[in-house]
Amino acid sequence: MNGDLSPLNDPPSLSRIDRTEPTLVVEQLCVRYGDLLAVDNISFSARAGQVTAVLGPNGAGKTSTIEVCEGIRKASSGQVRVLGLDPVKDRRVLAKKMGVMLQDGGIYPSARAIDVVRQYCGLYASGRDKIAAPEELLDLVGLSERRLSPWRRLSGGEKQRLSLAMALAAQPQIIFLDEPTSGVDVNGRTTIRQIIRRLADQGATIILATHELDEAEKICDRVIIFDKGKVLVEGGLDDVRRARRVVRLRTVRPLDLTDMPDNLAGWLIEDAPCDYSIEDAPQGLIAALAVWLSERGIDVIELRTGMASLEDTFKKLTGGAP
Amino acid sequence: MKASTSPLRAQLRAELQILARNGEQLLLTLIIPVMLLVFFGMTDVLPTGFDDHMDFLTPGVIALAIMSSSMVSLGIATGFERSYKVLKRLGVTPLGRPRWLIAKVITILVVQFIQLGVLIPVALLLDWQADDAQWLVAIGAVVTGSIAFAGLGLFIAGRLRAEVNLAAQNGLYLLLLLLGGMVIPFDKLPDPVAAVAKCLPSGALADVLREALANGGDRPATSWLVLGIWAVVTPVLTALTFRWE
Repeated sequence: MNGDLSPLNDPPSLSRIDRTEPTLVVEQLCVRYGDLLAVDNISFSARAGQVTAVLGPNGAGKTSTIEVCEGIRKASSGQVRVLGLDPVKDRRVLAKKMGVMLQDGGIYPSARAIDVVRQYCGLYASGRDKIAAPEELLDLVGLSERRLSPWRRLSGGEKQRLSLAMALAAQPQIIFLDEPTSGVDVNGRTTIRQIIRRLADQGATIILATHELDEAEKICDRVIIFDKGKVLVEGGLDDVRRARRVVRLRTVRPLDLTDMPDNLAGWLIEDAPCDYSIEDAPQGLIAALAVWLSERGIDVIELRTGMASLEDTFKKLTGGAP
Repeated sequence: MKASTSPLRAQLRAELQILARNGEQLLLTLIIPVMLLVFFGMTDVLPTGFDDHMDFLTPGVIALAIMSSSMVSLGIATGFERSYKVLKRLGVTPLGRPRWLIAKVITILVVQFIQLGVLIPVALLLDWQADDAQWLVAIGAVVTGSIAFAGLGLFIAGRLRAEVNLAAQNGLYLLLLLLGGMVIPFDKLPDPVAAVAKCLPSGALADVLREALANGGDRPATSWLVLGIWAVVTPVLTALTFRWE
């Protein structure tokens, strides 16, 4: 695997991007499939140089929203501007500046990895002096040794990495990644995260739809949490987490919550045996809890206050698993 | 970094590579037509009604080959491309639908060039006399027939799931091979079947090719009209109904 990310060095199209203005603007977007309102009047924006994670459970409207931004799907109402362009009306211009990684598929099973990347480098070649080199892109995503393998013989993770290489062939100013690390092993994930981070640092706008909250926490600058077609929260990663404070409590033995006074029991959430959390605790609650534990001689392994994890925030907002 | 190639060239190259890797396409577009031509050419068992049975057989097999490349091969490949989201992915590149279509057309032309480059010499080896053949008319018939069959193949591919499309295209191929007036004469088919066969693009293409290549068309003017109608209607239907995903 190539560590220096050379195909991403100094992409000419990124140096001119204004990082102060939003490069993706979604306003009052609705997407309807028959009677189903998949995306319900949402608005958000994203900027160049940042990785923006789009999070939400299945069916939350993430993919529909991203596909409208990519120009694959038409909005039922509302407005979307990508790099100042309309994704449908200005499709030809936008396509040259945009990289896309679908959630799955997009490649003919008998096509060899090198041929696919070569094809996509050629598709973006028109009117340019330079195009990305297919071999370098394959090396970047760690598929040099699989260059002659047909897509159907690649593992799930290798397929994802090939799909990423196709998206990078555009040398994009904005890149939409739908579950880029799904099925990818640990080393592959690290490589993909490095590439994404590097692209953002160079000035690209990265829109990352993912279920992997851990991944979002590691590489994202901004977070948008979707549920049931609506945006529940949008903001910087720390802002979203800081909005909710959590106290974590670990004890040597399980607590009998029924034995607890009402003013404590209602706040304590049992995450696992001996592992509890308290969200947005009112003043005095922690002191009262400490006293109650002490009176019963229950040893505490850990009692700490901090920001909620993204997963905690996500679960609280959506009421379920990602 | 290296010098650029055009999107069309990149797509065309990809189309040809995929075609070359799909052995079943070779079977369908070349091996079956050649086998039919050789078998029936050498055995003379078809009730053609022609003095020289090759005058009936050669245009019919050429029509079959055109159908296999323009309709079946194109239709099956496109159906799977929809299913594999290849079309969806290409839709967000600078390629554009016109260039995608041009790449498909050139790929079919390459296949047909190879088909005719093999079938005609094989027919000549089997003592087919092509002295009176009107090649320009025959090329016109092949082009018109290709448009009609491609429209039909893409119409089916653009509506059905990939597996159903595969079955439909192969079933239609077999049906038109036997009942479409290509290797079995209209007058040897049951009357109702013959009446339908004369309205199909397969029968019409075979008939105009027989007129052009062996001066033996059954009703060439009507067949041209039938072929022309198919060549207009099926692309329009496809344009109106094709689902890219």
